[in-house]
Amino acid sequence: MSDFITRLFGREPKSASQAKERLKMVLVHDRTDLSPGILEALKDDLIEVISRHVEVDPGAVRIEMTQDGREQRLVADIPLRSARRRRMG
Amino acid sequence: MTGKVITVTSGKGGVGKTTATANIGAALADFGHKVVCIDGDIGLRNLDVVLGLENRIVYDLVDVVEGRCRLRQAMIRDKRMPELYLIPAAQTRDKSAISPSDMVRLCEELRPEYDFIIIDSPAGIERGFRNAIAPADVVVVITNPEVSAVRDADRIIGLVEAEEKGPAQLVINRIKQDMVRRGEMLTVDDVLELLAVKLVGLVPDDENVVVSTNRGVPVVLDGRSKAGQAFRNIARRLNGEQVPFMNMQEEDGFFGRLARLIRPGGN
Repeated sequence: MSDFITRLFGREPKSASQAKERLKMVLVHDRTDLSPGILEALKDDLIEVISRHVEVDPGAVRIEMTQDGREQRLVADIPLRSARRRRMG
Repeated sequence: MTGKVITVTSGKGGVGKTTATANIGAALADFGHKVVCIDGDIGLRNLDVVLGLENRIVYDLVDVVEGRCRLRQAMIRDKRMPELYLIPAAQTRDKSAISPSDMVRLCEELRPEYDFIIIDSPAGIERGFRNAIAPADVVVVITNPEVSAVRDADRIIGLVEAEEKGPAQLVINRIKQDMVRRGEMLTVDDVLELLAVKLVGLVPDDENVVVSTNRGVPVVLDGRSKAGQAFRNIARRLNGEQVPFMNMQEEDGFFGRLARLIRPGGN
């Protein structure tokens, strides 16, 4: 409800939700020691390796950290060019 | 009888560790348990002033460890309580004067005779923190609903797990209900989702904490204080009782409700 009102009046998002979003990112990297830069390099390496076997769409590859309780998970979404199947790993 | 060792820590300084230690200790003693509070912040001692026992210090923790006095001689009894004792930190030494195994040995000596041994950890993640958690059966992490405090709490929770002292239990201190309502402070649910850890207490921001610290009387002894009530609840939970959590959304009185009617957007 409060989100709706905020949008209605076109105000800036509340600072608490900004704090939460920023913390989410910070904690993921604190917990894993994986900086956004390293994650980007990992993505490039993954694209290179997978491309040797099957054609992928490099621009659409997504790799991100997700949180499951206090466990961190690396999730890669690698759309293939030829097939309709999505999601690997 | 085997006493339980509870270490209170936080990572970030200034979130309310010492206040929490003093009040959890005082509440447990008030319920009739035998309690020893240990100030683990060597060089920056403060638990003595928060408990109002600063004028009675003769020996300290380092004196015990280095054999200059017996353990009993360094224990200051709080006369307002049936069985509450303080072992003060040394003020003129530093953390390296004590090792984790010294703390384990000290607590082994106390365990047979006391129900609870509560250790106030220094801020940071270095030696003083390691000393404080070495003998712990339970680690309580204090945080505030603010970005830096939550981030540091996450680091500490990870370190506590790595030391196999986990899972840590969380206290969210200094919750400003009015700011939460306006969407300008992280909610309890936000913090719990971010830290993914078991909650043991919610403490509202309360001026009475400053007043009681000014006087050197733990706020749990003030029956009207909300923070005092919150710390009593934490003490009960640490003693194994099931106590419902305080609702952090209500209790704002007539003017608060009026303000909310005039200024929508909060919930």
